Amino acid sequence: MKFNRRAFIGTATATAATLSAPMFVRADGHSKPRVVVVGGGAGGATAARYIAKDSAGAIDVTLIEPTRAYYTCFFSNLYIGGFREMNSLGHSYGTLAAEYGINVVHDWATGVDRDAKTVTTAGGYTIPYDRLILSPGIDFVDGAVPGWDVSASNAMPHAYKAGSQTELLRAQIDAMPQGGTYAMVAPPNPYRCPPGPYERVSMVAHRLSEVNPTAKILIADPKEKFSKQALFEEGWNNHYSGMIERIGPDFGGENVEVDPAAMTLSIDGEVTNVDVCNVIPAMKAGRIADIAGITEGNWAPVNAADLSSKMDENIHVLGDACAQGDMPKSGFSANSQAKVCANAVRGALTGSSVFPARFSNTCWSLIDTNDGIKVGATYEATEEKIAKVDGFVSQTGEDAAVRQATYEESIGWYDGITADMFG
Amino acid sequence: MIKTRYVLTAACIAWAGLANGEAGGDPERGAQLYRQCVGCHQVGEGAVDRVGPHLNGIFDRAAGQSEGYRYSDGMQRAAAGGLVWTYESLDAFITDPRSLVSRTRMSFRGFDDQQDRDDLLAYLRTFSADPQNIPESAPTAVAVDHSVAPEILAIVGDPAYGEYLSGECTACHQASGAANGIPSITNWPTEDFVIAMHAYKDGVREHPVMQMMAGRLSNEEIAALAAYFEGLE
Ligand SMILES: Cc1cc2nc3c(=O)[nH]c(=O)nc-3n(C[C@H](O)[C@H](O)[C@H](O)COP(=O)(O)OP(=O)(O)OC[C@H]3O[C@@H](n4cnc5c(N)ncnc54)[C@H](O)[C@@H]3O)c2cc1C
Repeated sequence: MKFNRRAFIGTATATAATLSAPMFVRADGHSKPRVVVVGGGAGGATAARYIAKDSAGAIDVTLIEPTRAYYTCFFSNLYIGGFREMNSLGHSYGTLAAEYGINVVHDWATGVDRDAKTVTTAGGYTIPYDRLILSPGIDFVDGAVPGWDVSASNAMPHAYKAGSQTELLRAQIDAMPQGGTYAMVAPPNPYRCPPGPYERVSMVAHRLSEVNPTAKILIADPKEKFSKQALFEEGWNNHYSGMIERIGPDFGGENVEVDPAAMTLSIDGEVTNVDVCNVIPAMKAGRIADIAGITEGNWAPVNAADLSSKMDENIHVLGDACAQGDMPKSGFSANSQAKVCANAVRGALTGSSVFPARFSNTCWSLIDTNDGIKVGATYEATEEKIAKVDGFVSQTGEDAAVRQATYEESIGWYDGITADMFG
Repeated sequence: MIKTRYVLTAACIAWAGLANGEAGGDPERGAQLYRQCVGCHQVGEGAVDRVGPHLNGIFDRAAGQSEGYRYSDGMQRAAAGGLVWTYESLDAFITDPRSLVSRTRMSFRGFDDQQDRDDLLAYLRTFSADPQNIPESAPTAVAVDHSVAPEILAIVGDPAYGEYLSGECTACHQASGAANGIPSITNWPTEDFVIAMHAYKDGVREHPVMQMMAGRLSNEEIAALAAYFEGLE
């Protein structure tokens, strides 16, 4: 690290003192510009870290995040498959606070006053900003799956925010009776991690083929096509022949209803008893984006060059919550957008050089032991949107060594991106 | 913890030594296999440290001893723990580098096949003074896997721009130099970095992600990245 650690320990103490006051008082002519980041996930943690690191103390960075430990959604399917331990997916904010001097506030942002340029929190604080960065991830659309709401998320988990939900889902899968049925209600586009539900199915199948080989997997899917479909279907045939049935919209896969009390799933009027029902409802931007009044429909539209909101030039929206164009909603994308945004915000607040935006994404998925696949693309900023430039995808019929190398690479990527987020 | 691991590994090596002995590999076949190594290591007359240290006289040399080469912390620790490059320890290392030296920057998956390892080591051994087998005229093994025009190699990169661009790299490659399934790219000589990136850009090195990433970098951008990563502490 280039900068002096001791200097930051000093800052942290000063901040703690400020925190105990009921309110962050912004002295007139506060010497340093302030950035507030809401959400310490793939987008928010990266943005906070890069702004703090590259401004070397010239910008005050506050990160508001309710959880003490962030459990990555990425690789949470591998936990379900038995390839990762849950604690290997957890990351604390300690390094961001101690080594990067970021003021980490464990609280919920509950309001944004765009005129006063302040954020209020559930804990009762009012925190001023010069630039606000929102990366709150997703919430679920109310009523998207008839019969399901969050109060049913124990009986029918989504496991689409990682942690206790993921552990619950795996426990339910392990408790299935022999020959039982795991059902998934897959989400409509757009949603976080396009290959996520299908990697999930692969990992559930892997687990079941070990502990419950006669069990069945039933997918109700409102989409005609899905990400890496040919690769997944080839893999399911090779590894889990006869176990997985997917019902697409041509057979009523979009017309579903669940009954969490009876544990039934109805697809196009036909009711099936299921043992596990993994409901992944339609998604929208994390609620704080709506509260800030910068959404249009379910998402927050942004300008491609710096991820600034189309409705407020002092607010930037990253990751899953924003509508930006061609990038999939992934951790890799959020991390990539965060770095472009950090560069632009730093430039706007301190006059540092602003380089042209460039984005990229690669998503790895695991089908079975050592059978990894990937898809990726590069993107650029146009007037209209973030636009795809070039891309690639794994091929069907690749040999085992390539697939194994792809899987091993994904493990390296996990270490790389989490180091890039949390230091 | 690391110490324990190292002691355990040492026991494995002793065992491997007994099992495999030093039975003859085929140095000619080894020379072919060595092509997988030339992206990083030079050996033979005039060999110098590049991405990895040169391999002249590697047999019976203590680990971490090539003067001026910036070894990983892991290798320095192993060296301090007394690791010496014998036939057996080299065999274990090229089977799976990270299981012998945790956190080495050597990002190579390893040779699974005993014959491959024997052949490669037989080849490398010809570049060590002792024991015997020194070829009559030392091959010039100062090879790279791609050639890049001198005017491109001459571009002096801007590390500040490289730092910004590096954000695209550090989503996968760790800035700390740690490598695990994804190679370390810190502290490379700039020339090797530039050559490697152009090899991807020109489609000579195979890797879909790297071909895509390098494909849209200009010559100046590649030079900028090389300058930034070379100097990264
Ligand atoms: C099963 C699964 C597998 C996946 N696999 C991959 C993969 O392999 N590769 C990949 O790139 N992506 C993957 N993803 C997608 C990836 O997890 C998301 O795209 C990524 O996390 C989005 O980053 P984000 O910053 O937008 O949101 P998040 O990472 O979700 O972070 C949002 C944060 O904001 C906080 N927050 C929300 N509201 C508030 C508020 N009001 N105040 C304060 N804090 C708030 C939340 O607590 C959370 O920590 C996967 C997702 C799932 C579900």
